[in-house]
Amino acid sequence: MKLTLKIWRQKNAQDKGAMVDYQIDGIEPDMSFLEMLDVFNEDLMSKGGEPVAFDHDCREGICGMCSLFINGEAHGPDRGVTTCQLHMRMFKDGDTITIEPFRAAAFPVVKDLVVNRSAFDRIQHAGGFISVNTSGNTIDANAIPINKQDADDAFDAATCIGCGACVASCKNSSAMLFVAAKVSQYALLPQGKIEATDRVLNMVSQMDAEGFGNCSNTGACEVECPKGISLENIARMNREYLSASMKG
Amino acid sequence: MAKSALLKSSIAKKVAMALSGIFLMLFLAQHFFINMTSVFSSDTFNSISHFMGNNPLVQFVIQPILIVGVIFHFTMGFVLEIQNRNARPISYAKNNGAANSSWTSRNMIYSGVVVLAFLGLHFYDFWFPEMVYKYVEVSPLDETRYFHELVAKFESPVRTGLYSLSFILLALHLWHGFSSSFQSVGFNNKYSRSLKAFGYAFAIVIPFGFIFIALFHHFNH
Repeated sequence: MKLTLKIWRQKNAQDKGAMVDYQIDGIEPDMSFLEMLDVFNEDLMSKGGEPVAFDHDCREGICGMCSLFINGEAHGPDRGVTTCQLHMRMFKDGDTITIEPFRAAAFPVVKDLVVNRSAFDRIQHAGGFISVNTSGNTIDANAIPINKQDADDAFDAATCIGCGACVASCKNSSAMLFVAAKVSQYALLPQGKIEATDRVLNMVSQMDAEGFGNCSNTGACEVECPKGISLENIARMNREYLSASMKG
Repeated sequence: MAKSALLKSSIAKKVAMALSGIFLMLFLAQHFFINMTSVFSSDTFNSISHFMGNNPLVQFVIQPILIVGVIFHFTMGFVLEIQNRNARPISYAKNNGAANSSWTSRNMIYSGVVVLAFLGLHFYDFWFPEMVYKYVEVSPLDETRYFHELVAKFESPVRTGLYSLSFILLALHLWHGFSSSFQSVGFNNKYSRSLKAFGYAFAIVIPFGFIFIALFHHFNH
């Protein structure tokens, strides 16, 4: 495959950055998108160029590290996959592919296609956990009976890998789907109910402080989420928040 | 959490936006049913209009609440829009929004601005003259004037066209706004599909019903 790549190049956080056009040949349809970028970078370096920086880690779709806004969509045109699972067979020979970093004020660009998603970590630190005394007689979680539907819904929410595709896809750069998944996974389980009030108030407060936008219910986040996190979680978080506000 | 922080939170703003939207949709539905009577009976339209225009509860309690609701809804709409734009200072070179969301959901601010401009025209046409008639000139009560005032306004093809165009934009606004408002207040369950379908019907029947009323009086009188 011969492709034209339009890639966002930015030396560092202070640099203004710009889209740069490149040509690449010899790409196999069975390569993953990140393998294509590896081949592209090797070619670029062999010509004395600076390789394009991009985030990646497990390359199995479970770590949430890879990102990229490809042809106008987070993780590219395929559904239910991260960029590392996106394959070049989704594109045609001769295509032009636009590759940009995830855009949000809360996700500043570090270099080229790498963005700083620490805002998600800070939201998690604000309440995305349960406090368990681990010294002594820890109760086995499986010893507590949990309604099957609640367990399934909590697990579905917990599959969020925190990649930030929801923020990148949202026209408002809202982090509601991510925060809603993290709130929901605990709100549905007995272990999470104890700190439920503080959790939702603190996580939403931190989300707002990070400068994410508001939710317009466009549903773009749900469509682009590689893990298929449902909008139902946002409605649940809204209920949790309203109820917590009355108590808190 | 302090009350001030609660009012500033993104979720509280969205819930407030949704509740004011639901309130305005209820108002829209009753306005539609009253206007629809003008198609069938000028007497019925006159008597309902007279009641609405002279009942103290409607005039001095419901009407101010409605005006506050309208002002709140569009002011909050602008506030949220500014915050949302600030949340992405650098736009994408290529953004395929149509791949994951509806046009109506992405353009609520534009459909909303057209509806707001329409409200300006609507107030100029009906509300201000009504206020002047009743409270400035203190004109005598006339229970039969409403139907003639309505028909007179729709003589103009330009006004009828502007009204129709505005209602198409209102239909687009409601197409997303109806179900979105319920999602914002946390309503997402087994009834959501039915509610969404009802919302789509509402978004078509009410605005296009208003267009029908405007065209009916334009072409029949």
